[in-house]
Amino acid sequence: MSDERGGRGRGRGDKDKGKGDAPRRGGFFRRRRVCKFCAEKIDYINYKDVRILAPFLPERGKIQPRRISGTCALHQRKLQTAIKRARQLALIPYVTD
Amino acid sequence: MSTSRQYELVYIITPDASEQEVADLHTQIEQIIQRFNGTLDKTENWGRRKLAYEIGHHREGTYVVETITGSGELMKEIDRRLKVIDQVIRHLVVRVDEELRVAERTRDARKANQARRRVARGLPPEPAPGESRGDADQDDDREGVEVQR
Repeated sequence: MSDERGGRGRGRGDKDKGKGDAPRRGGFFRRRRVCKFCAEKIDYINYKDVRILAPFLPERGKIQPRRISGTCALHQRKLQTAIKRARQLALIPYVTD
Repeated sequence: MSTSRQYELVYIITPDASEQEVADLHTQIEQIIQRFNGTLDKTENWGRRKLAYEIGHHREGTYVVETITGSGELMKEIDRRLKVIDQVIRHLVVRVDEELRVAERTRDARKANQARRRVARGLPPEPAPGESRGDADQDDDREGVEVQR
């Protein structure tokens, strides 16, 4: 499964499945986005667990939008409150310069 | 009707507070909880941790997490007391019982759904210990193929 995806990324041997689940746009391939919390079956996003929240905070410290991270609406909402709580507790920064 | 809810209290103490002072603060909170007939379910001391940003010129702080069951008045009193104490540089009270209930419900629903689908395919409702979770997911995707066999 994973090597198949790797081949797609290289741009070789993808002509036959070009119209598959990875739509082609302007020469590069968009990764199929799956909500991390749905995939890993995390029901409760704990605001005290920085390791869960960290992947959704790019360098600047802003919350990564759904359109980039691929998180589903339900989990993005829960993630949002978790991040905001963690910020209040100085576990993660509000801004980083 | 007495309302009993579960809350999580996190507070950050100045890095220059001694262990004794941290313990004193904890007993103070315990006393308030007792006075309001609440229960202290769990206490977790994370110890000294670096803050993500400066709070009142402090770069570090001692984190303490307490899980408390009690009424809203109890938490109001704790909140008020913590605001007054200078050693506590930050605190947060969160009601968790409802969120945890929702999480439990979704987990149970998923389990029931999985069991139903497995039974429909003529498998035992619980995945065998040898079956890894990833495999089980793939099986679910190819439900039709499995049935034909």
